Parts: sequence; C-alpha cells; structure tokens
Amino acid sequence: MSRSEPRGGTAAEAAVPSAGGLPRRAHGRAPLVAEGLFRTAALSSAAVVLVVMAGLLAVLVYRSRLSIDRFGWSFLWSAAWDPVRDNFGAASSIFGTLAATAIAMAIAVPLSLVIALFLVEVAPPRLARPVGYGIELLAAIPSIIYGMWGLFVLAPLMADHVQPVLQRFLGRLPLFSGPPMGIGILTAGLVLALMVLPFITAVARDVFALVPAVMKEAGYGLGATTWEVARKVTVGYGMKGLIGGVFLGLGRAIGETMAVTFVIGNDHRISASLFASGNSIASTLANEFTEASEPVYLSALVELGLILFVVTLVVQVLAQLWLARLGRRAGSVS
Amino acid sequence: MTCSRMGRLIGSAAAALLVSGGLAFGQTTITGAGATFPYPVYAKWAAAYAEKTGVHLNYQSIGSGGGIAQIKAKTVDFGASDAPLTKQQLDEIGLIQWPMVMGGVVPVLNVPGVKPGEVKLTAPLLADIFLGKVANWNAPAIAAVNPGVKLPDLAITVVHRADGSGTTWIFTNFLDKVSPDWHAKVGTSTAVSWPTGVGGKGNEGVSAYVLRINGAIGYVEYAYALQNRMTYAMLQNRAGNFVAPTSQAFQAAAANANWNDAPGYFLVLTDQPGAGSWPITGASFILFYKDQADPVKAKAVLSFFAWCYANGQKMAESLDYVPMPKNVADLMETNWTSSVRSAGQVVWK
Repeated sequence: MSRSEPRGGTAAEAAVPSAGGLPRRAHGRAPLVAEGLFRTAALSSAAVVLVVMAGLLAVLVYRSRLSIDRFGWSFLWSAAWDPVRDNFGAASSIFGTLAATAIAMAIAVPLSLVIALFLVEVAPPRLARPVGYGIELLAAIPSIIYGMWGLFVLAPLMADHVQPVLQRFLGRLPLFSGPPMGIGILTAGLVLALMVLPFITAVARDVFALVPAVMKEAGYGLGATTWEVARKVTVGYGMKGLIGGVFLGLGRAIGETMAVTFVIGNDHRISASLFASGNSIASTLANEFTEASEPVYLSALVELGLILFVVTLVVQVLAQLWLARLGRRAGSVS
Repeated sequence: MTCSRMGRLIGSAAAALLVSGGLAFGQTTITGAGATFPYPVYAKWAAAYAEKTGVHLNYQSIGSGGGIAQIKAKTVDFGASDAPLTKQQLDEIGLIQWPMVMGGVVPVLNVPGVKPGEVKLTAPLLADIFLGKVANWNAPAIAAVNPGVKLPDLAITVVHRADGSGTTWIFTNFLDKVSPDWHAKVGTSTAVSWPTGVGGKGNEGVSAYVLRINGAIGYVEYAYALQNRMTYAMLQNRAGNFVAPTSQAFQAAAANANWNDAPGYFLVLTDQPGAGSWPITGASFILFYKDQADPVKAKAVLSFFAWCYANGQKMAESLDYVPMPKNVADLMETNWTSSVRSAGQVVWK
C-alpha cells in the first residue's frame, strides 16, 4: 500500500516502480485524478454515515428534552403510560422488547446452530443446497408477511392447541397463566425467532464452511465422531463468526416493528405471563406516533426512540468488545 | 375508485408540471390533513368534485392529532379531527371548526353461539367490562339484562385500539359520561391508559383480534362492523331503550343535538337524549383559520365543503356515514360568513 505517499507531484509518480517495464508516466495524469476523486468520494461517503448517526442522536435528544426534563431517569423504570394525564414511562415497552427478543434468541440461536451444522457437516450437497436456498428465501420475506402469518395462522394455532396444552401441564406457573388468546409476548417471540433464524443460520453456515478441511480431517483421523468434530473443530473454529451472526439477529429482533405489532397485543403492561399482551418500543412508536398531539406525549415517544437507538448501539459495542476478546483468547491459545 | 384515483394522480402531476413551468392557470389544489375515520367519504367527495370543477383535494389521512399539528404549522389549508376542539383551544390558534360528517361507534363481540344484536348491554355495564370489573360472560350483571340468552363461562378479553384514534375518543367520551369510575380512573382521549385488554392497530386490527379471540369484546366504527358483518351488541340509551346501531339511530342522536348553543361548535353526540338515539355517535370536524391570507384559496376550500354539504349526502350514505342535516349545514355556512376574513374582507357571502 503506497497510499500514504504524497499526492499528485511528478516526483511521486517517478518514485512509483513502473509495472511491466512501462514508464509510470505513460498512463498520463488520468489515474492520479481518478485516485484523488476516489479518495474524496470514499472519504465523504464514509463521513456521511457518521454525520447521519450524530445528527440522528442530536435530533432524538433535542426532541425528547421535554420528556427528559419532566420525567428524568424515572422514565426508564416507570410503568405508567397514560396519555390522558400526560404521565409516561418506558418500562412496559422496554420489558416487552427484551422479553420477546429473549424468547426469540433462546429459540433461534440453538436451532440455527444445528441447522448450520447439518448443512455443513451432515447433509449431502444435493440436499444442503435446496435447504440453504430455502433459508435464504426466509430472510427475503417482508416483515409484514411474517406479521400477518403470525396473526392469522400462528395465533389461532397457539390459542387452540399450544397454549391450552401448556396450561394443562404448567398452568400453575405464573408464566403460563391467563386466557389463551393466541397473541402476546410468547407468540411475538416465536415470530421473531423465525425471522432472525435465517440470518444466524446463513452466517453460521458460511463460517462453518470456511473451516479448513484439513483440520476436520485431522479430527476424524484422531478417531473423532461427526458430533465431536462438529462440536470441537467446526464450532470452535467458527465461534467468532457465529457470535457476529447472533448479534446480527439480535439487532434485527430488537428493532423489528411490523411483525411484532401484529401479534404482541399492543398493551402497556408488564406481566409475568408469557400469554399476556405487551408492547415493544418499536410497536409503541408505530402505533402511537400519528395521533400523539400533546407535546409531552410526542416527546415521550421520541425518547422511546432514543432508548431504542442507545440499546442498539450498546448491543453493537458489546458485540465488538466480545469479538475482540474472543480473538485475543483464540490468539493466545494457538 | 382506482380509475378516479389514477385520474387524480395524473391531474396533480399535470398541475405540478404547470406550476413548475410558470403556467399556473385554472388548476387549483386544496390540501388537508387529519382524521382517518372520514377519509373514505372525503376521498369520494373529492373525486366527484374534481370531475365537476377541476379543483383537486389532496387529503392526507394521518390521524386527528397529526391534522391538528399540521394546521397549527399552516402546512395545509384545513385540518380535520374526530374530536372537536374546545372554544378556548380554537381561539388560542385562531381557528373555527365545523362538523362535516357523522358516524357511530359500535361494540362488537365474539362469543360462541351469540348472534348479532342478541346481547344487550347497559352503559355502566359496558364501562365495567372495559374497566375489567366484569370479566366473565356468565357474570350476574350481564345475565340480569339478558334474560333468556345463554352466555357461556368464558373470560372476557377487552380489545381496544393500540393507535391513537378519534374512534377511541368518542368511545371513551361516552364511557366517561356514563361511569364515574371510568371518569376517575381513565378519562377521555384519543389514546388512554387501558385498565385491561389487548390493542389492535386500526379498526381492522381491532376486528381481527375480536374475530380471533373467543370471548372478546371491542369497538369499531359502524361502517366497519357492518361491512364485516360483525356481532354487535345492543346498547341502552339515555332514554332507557335498548337500540341497535343503524343510521336511523345515529341520525336520531344528531337530531337532538343543539348546535346553536354550543360555543365554538364544541358538541359531542355521545349519550344524547331521544327514544331511538344510538348513544355512541360522533361527528368529524374540519379546522380552518379565521384569518386567511389568500381569499381565492379560502373561497375554494369553503366552496368544496359547501358543495359536499349540498351534494354529498348520497355518497356519504353509500359508505355508511351519516351526512349532516341541512339546518346544521346552513348554520355552518352562516358562521363562515361571519367569521372568516381575508385582509378584513368577508370571504364567504
């Protein structure tokens, strides 16, 4: 990389070793102009991202100042949401977001891991390919379709078959109490799980496929079974990429709006029951932004947006830190 | 509908071309924003009016709250809201308001074996159900007003709007009037802190949830309940009679309304007297500045609404809305004459 060399001057051109015996000058000035243009374009495009991010944050903070002034930090743990008396708190929305995301990740992560291992280690190529396409297709389905499917197909299934059974055996736990409506936190978590599954699976599969064949062969050579190779070699080697995929899915689950709005029940409530309705930050915003006429109401909604922004940022930073730590550890072992 | 919308699109595209070419003549577009509830009828009126006069309406159905915000910011020629503003609110901004069209809000339910109109509810009972105090369909309070109707042992699931809505405003206003408990705990607004239940987005969200959940009760606009053949409940009105939601019952509620004595035309049609009145009826309002910068534009807007008052009844009825009676329309036009000014001159004569 000779990119740090002085730009433009003929001295620099002369200093560049000529390729294939042709003098560098034979190209004329055009490549240099193109270089300069490319650098400027690349730099400003990259800067745009940061400027937009900073701008977003600034606007969110500015627009939510009314709510911040009025409720202070208690906004974060107050469960009130009363537009009539202008009393707002984010707790119910944060709770719903975290609960639905936790359910989704608890289901999607192990499932995608197994699917990815199956595709890479077990399935013959003529089966792995169509299954792989199917999973990529799942990722391409718009979220509103997931939402409608959740409401019209999954919710009745949950109400008529899944929830009554859960209630019969586990109904004494508060986790499974309340009328089986079919919609609520649990259903939202299931729909989310299905939505993030293809992301995690696709990343995991690609990472596992990159594990050098020679390492696996070494494992088999030592007499390891398929399961042992998958667990110790493939997963161990691909851990870093796997975590990246999980965080990609997590980011999508936290911010998902349409599909969740359809099935979560949209009620500002913190309930111990998985069958109860709830609300996520994104669905609260989608539902209430249009009719929020009072300044404090609007400001509280913007502050919810700010919280979502910060949560997403924190998730990303944690992911980076974790990856860095994992990289160090892997480095020290070898 | 698609054809006329296409026509409107082409029309507004042509208008944009004319304006950008500096050739603006003949083509007028009036803009409005607000309530979603009257949007279908406004769209229908606008299409018919554009065909007749060439004046186009660009109405953004962004919700009543949005409509009030837009008219405050003066980005539109008129705003629209399902909830009327009080005289004081109007004066603060310098607006007048008038009712444009009426509709009813209907409690709909999903109880196995119950047919439309079979279940009767009193006003306090409806409030208690939405407060979560009456939580089962076999509750004695429900059985007391429904002798002979067999109601199952089934938990009641309340379904309300998840989004802010004029429909919610009318519904909670009614509960607020008839139940002291509701007044103390919840109140009236386009969005409230619901004591119980699940929230659906829009009328379609509420009806989807009601149809989905056994034992559900919710509320939707009349037109919506009718078009989807939902199971509605009979309601007891102020006169003590149980009435079914029909356009006659809405008109009966409107007929008893005294617009003359309502300051700023702040009038809510819930819980009206009259033997046949449907108790949850409401009007949708237009918001307009008293002081208009452009007399031509102001006149164009008022002409459109005057035309709708005079010629829009059939179209409104075909969409299951209730048009404003002639005497109310005349009263509003008199108010335009006395209130709306442009540079001190009367706009509407």
